[in-house]
Amino acid sequence: MDLNLNDEHSMGTTIIGVTYDGGVVLGADSRTSTGMYVANRASDKITQLTDNVYVCRSGSAADSQIVSDYVRYFLHQHTIQLGQPATVKVAANLVRLMAYNNKNMLQTGLIVGGWDKYEGGKIYGIPLGGTIVEQPFAIGGSGSSYLYGFFDQAWKEGMTKDEAEQLVVKAVSLAIARDGASGGVVRTVIVNADGVTRNFHPGDSLQLWHEELEPQNSLLDILNTASPEPMNF
Amino acid sequence: MSSIGTGYDLSVTTFSPDGRVFQIEYAAKAVDNSGTVIGIKCKDGIVLGVEKLITSKMMLPGSNRRIHSVHRHSGMAVAGLAADGRQIVARAKSEATSYESTYGEAIPVKELAQRVASYVHLCTLYWWLRPFGCGVILGGYDRDGPQLYMVEPSGISYRYFGAAIGKGKQAAKTEVEKLKLSEMTCREGIIEVAKIIYKVHDEAKDKAFELEMSWVCEESKRQHEKVPEVLLEEAKVAARLALEEMDAD
Repeated sequence: MDLNLNDEHSMGTTIIGVTYDGGVVLGADSRTSTGMYVANRASDKITQLTDNVYVCRSGSAADSQIVSDYVRYFLHQHTIQLGQPATVKVAANLVRLMAYNNKNMLQTGLIVGGWDKYEGGKIYGIPLGGTIVEQPFAIGGSGSSYLYGFFDQAWKEGMTKDEAEQLVVKAVSLAIARDGASGGVVRTVIVNADGVTRNFHPGDSLQLWHEELEPQNSLLDILNTASPEPMNF
Repeated sequence: MSSIGTGYDLSVTTFSPDGRVFQIEYAAKAVDNSGTVIGIKCKDGIVLGVEKLITSKMMLPGSNRRIHSVHRHSGMAVAGLAADGRQIVARAKSEATSYESTYGEAIPVKELAQRVASYVHLCTLYWWLRPFGCGVILGGYDRDGPQLYMVEPSGISYRYFGAAIGKGKQAAKTEVEKLKLSEMTCREGIIEVAKIIYKVHDEAKDKAFELEMSWVCEESKRQHEKVPEVLLEEAKVAARLALEEMDAD
């Protein structure tokens, strides 16, 4: 079980996208791993494509970044030509074309979410092969395996913005508790008619689940700070 | 205002000393020789109408279509050289399907008009191509409502409430301007377009003509289609009546 630091950067990940009455809430954990080593414990997996469309990335960090970069570029040109913001559907379709046409080379699952004036808040799930599925909510990444049952029970139509964000934070936190490849902080992005709001939920602000321990202070803190030698024989 | 562009009119890549490209103007003349084509934007959709001059009694009614569907939600009426028109329609259809394949939604009418206009303009830039000898009226219904565009042989494209090209365009435009389009539904619009086409048809110079009409509106479920036979007949009857009343004065 050696740490192979030359392993590809992968985002084990838990990513979630949820629609509510008036917009969408996107959420993700922040762990990027290289094998067993956590390469980045505070990564931002929710990436902007346009002013009104964001994407949650999972799987290979490199693959998901490059797809996001290409789609951002194409969407920018499309917006200029159209003379108005691109719709979420168009953004998702461009992501899906990239994912499908390069399916042999890519390993990335994406959730595209945003708001436009025609359809309102929309979530599109684009898993590994390049399928595109419009859903009221979507979950992805290795941590999502532990959330299917949770969402079956907890999801409901027509939630408010705060209910939706609380649901997302709770879900990511549950997945972090069980999935070794997910961890760190919970980031959320809320997109609606008024714009975009980014929120940050530090790891220690999340509630503790079954058998999780309270954070412990380091033993070093209780020793006499006057003495520079921590160990006194 | 026709002048002979002696020497400066041989190639589309030559400007005249007073800043005109004569070849493009001559192409526009080809459009003026064709039967009248009218398009109007009513409050719930678009109506297109064509005065199809019948050159031979042997032709089957309904042949030589001048109005084509470009996509589910849009259609194009062509005036001028028929073969050139066929090319433009083919290109528009291709642009529409390629847009949908890439972006996953139907092409906005504005975007379609821009692409057709670019294509027409392209053919005015090179000496080895000639400009298209046809004008096109493009009508469609997308998320931003019904829209009407006209593309001329020069590649200019504007959005209109009402547009007319072909032989009787001056008279047709005057008639269209009299209409209160923002209060009219497409059902009423069909009758008005038929009346105008019958009115501007020149009985002396041209003989028979066939009226071809299409619409895209709420009633047609925002799809571009031929005006239903029943309504078309009603419109023709109303138009002939209006003519007789006028003649009777």
